[in-house]
Amino acid sequence: MKPEVASDLLVISSSPHAHDGSAVDRIMWDVVMALTPALLAAIFFFGLDALRLVGVCVATCLVTEWGCRKLMKRPSSLSDWSAVVTGLLLAFNLPPGLPAWMAVAGSIFAIAIAKQIFGGLGYNPFNPALVARAFMLISFTGAMTTWSKSTWPSLLTDHWVDTMTAASRDAMTTATPLGLIKEAIKSGEGLPSFTPQMLQDFFLGNMNGCIGETSALALLLGAAYLLYRKVITWHIPVAYILTVFVYAAVLRQFWPTESITPLAHVFSGGLMLGALFMATDMVTSPITKRGMLVFGMGCGVITMLIRTSKTGAYPEGVCFAILIMNAFTPLINRATRNQVFGSGGKKAG
Amino acid sequence: MNTEKSKFTFKGGIHPEYFKALTSEAALRKIEPPQYLFVPMQQHLGAPAKILVKQGDEVKRNQRIGEPNGHVSSAVHAPLSGKVSALTTVPTANGRLCPAVIIELNGNEESENYEPFKEWQSATEKAMLTRIAEAGIVGMGGAGFPTQVKLSPPAGKTIDTLIINGAECEPYLTADHRMMVEHAEEIHIGIEILRNVLGARTVRLAIEDNKPDAIQAMEKALQKMTGDVAVSVLKTSYPQGAEKQQIFSVTGREVPRGGLPMDVGCVVENVSTAFAVYDAIINGQPLTHRAVTVTGDAIENPSNLWVPTGTHYHHLIAACGGTIGHATKIIAGGPMMGFAVTGLDIPTTKTSSGILCLSNQRVTQYASQACISCGRCVEACPMRLIPSELSQFIEAEDIESAERIALLDCVECGSCAYVCPAHRPLVQHFRRGKGVVLVKRAMAAGKK
Repeated sequence: MKPEVASDLLVISSSPHAHDGSAVDRIMWDVVMALTPALLAAIFFFGLDALRLVGVCVATCLVTEWGCRKLMKRPSSLSDWSAVVTGLLLAFNLPPGLPAWMAVAGSIFAIAIAKQIFGGLGYNPFNPALVARAFMLISFTGAMTTWSKSTWPSLLTDHWVDTMTAASRDAMTTATPLGLIKEAIKSGEGLPSFTPQMLQDFFLGNMNGCIGETSALALLLGAAYLLYRKVITWHIPVAYILTVFVYAAVLRQFWPTESITPLAHVFSGGLMLGALFMATDMVTSPITKRGMLVFGMGCGVITMLIRTSKTGAYPEGVCFAILIMNAFTPLINRATRNQVFGSGGKKAG
Repeated sequence: MNTEKSKFTFKGGIHPEYFKALTSEAALRKIEPPQYLFVPMQQHLGAPAKILVKQGDEVKRNQRIGEPNGHVSSAVHAPLSGKVSALTTVPTANGRLCPAVIIELNGNEESENYEPFKEWQSATEKAMLTRIAEAGIVGMGGAGFPTQVKLSPPAGKTIDTLIINGAECEPYLTADHRMMVEHAEEIHIGIEILRNVLGARTVRLAIEDNKPDAIQAMEKALQKMTGDVAVSVLKTSYPQGAEKQQIFSVTGREVPRGGLPMDVGCVVENVSTAFAVYDAIINGQPLTHRAVTVTGDAIENPSNLWVPTGTHYHHLIAACGGTIGHATKIIAGGPMMGFAVTGLDIPTTKTSSGILCLSNQRVTQYASQACISCGRCVEACPMRLIPSELSQFIEAEDIESAERIALLDCVECGSCAYVCPAHRPLVQHFRRGKGVVLVKRAMAAGKK
């Protein structure tokens, strides 16, 4: 926003009189750009159904954002792109085939309840898309965990199911890999074995799951762009993913019959989407580098606790892990303040 | 003498666009004197000088017209000869009013210099300190702290390192740069004198690596010095010229919070100050002129000028061919810490390093948005503060909490606001918050 300046007057303002040209809307636009590869991957693997969900979520988020600002008599915030980001991220967290009205309900919840009620962008304590996903997981449990055969990735190749029994093959097409594993562990059956070919599918995104979370490759491409644009730093994603990897490696070492490989953990479920795009949400994550590392590690530990719990109901824990750590963000910020220059080891405050 | 080539730096800081090429090759140029000089009596930190002349008096060039009023104060001299046409108050760059002497110049060449030191090497420290005080020398990097006070550390404080600040980290400004290129020899002698007065063992001349010609010129000039003398080449990074950051870059020492450079055995003097010391001791010449960069995209001929103090800004702008179209913002000093001025009837002082005229294209004026906690300000802050949190406390009028997280440690360098994507006026918040704290403290002290 650049207010008009009367042509014959001098502008008086406090220093500094220079700025690097960065802007919130440019940052949000960069996130939209960075989510594009994952959007394309979603369309590639899940077909036009992915486009339908994205369209519904983005449109509903924009309309809700506009309506909330109108109701609150605040200036419109549509041009900052943040509602589009929330819409995209929420859609990416939904299973293919979800009824449109549920996506609409989730989107309204994300913008109205999780974001605008707190005052809008910058004031929300929790990631709006994840709050909405949690709300939907509780309200529409069935629909949110149904992975119908009709929406199973179209490119699924035979090697995926060749290694399995007829029963598990049937299950595989109606559950996410993490869901299957959870069931297998709980029921005491053996784990399905993962071939290198399957791991490759995990990486590319050729597996069941929410539409935007499956392709690690596409998500990494987007994250590389965000790193290049300096919108995110490596701290949260690396701390998060590394923690999951190490946690999984330890489990695999000591309980090999009940654990899948660390790489399978890293590339399955919503970890990539969560670690690269949701945990790195500026508003709801810590501001100091050390705080980011703590935050990322916390996300990793909670994710693995939920994923590998034998008593828990959820096969995946990324959403809840990030939400829980969001709640800790103010505390982490306070605990990880930099040492003020010249304080000789003592922290301010 | 040697050169420390490794790139010294500090934590935090930014890399703004510098625009120094506008004037970095422009040799210092003398200007036609104006008709009147408006010489302010406060060109330094501390009490204004006491006026020694009255209306109608004839004053000679270099004649003392204001004397120090207290310990932290400084003398003021007539830069050129003329007649005192009035004693008045003038607006200064920071928006305040200041007592001043208006001199109608008469072009008379006669001057009233101090006696030059013939053999300064054998002069006593006290004699030289007295001369530095008499000559009205103040820190010319911006703060204007009286130099003789800085050079007289209280008993118990030993100074082992003299740092000469040639960083000139503000974008656009090239006055110190040109001084080093064109007056390396004089600066060298000034440094020798300063070292003698302080009895410092180590001397470091700090220059950013974006001024290779200045580094070369000063290396050559300092060859003649014996002892532990070196040119420290600093990484180009803003605010490399800030005193505490520079001491850290050069020596690795951290000035304690609320402390002074002498607490870590250092004194920092600007290169132009070193020149002024040379001029006062060797030529008996008080501080009345300085290099001023007049620049910006709205200036016809960006230049480095040799300017008598008390010259109105409009005279300097005219000396540079005037403005191109309308200058939307005119800044006293550099774009990071300078003051936007309300008019051009403001006189230059001993600390005026530049006048920056920006067109509408270069003026950034934004509406403040909510903080999105991106953390860029935290990375940029050279004092390692949390600018985002500080500004939120101040917005909420919770000044006490801001004070608790080190509001007063802010040096107002502007790095945080420069990188803020939400365009928050962070420095403005901090200035206001600091003002509230200082008023509260003054009131509390008054009650006791």
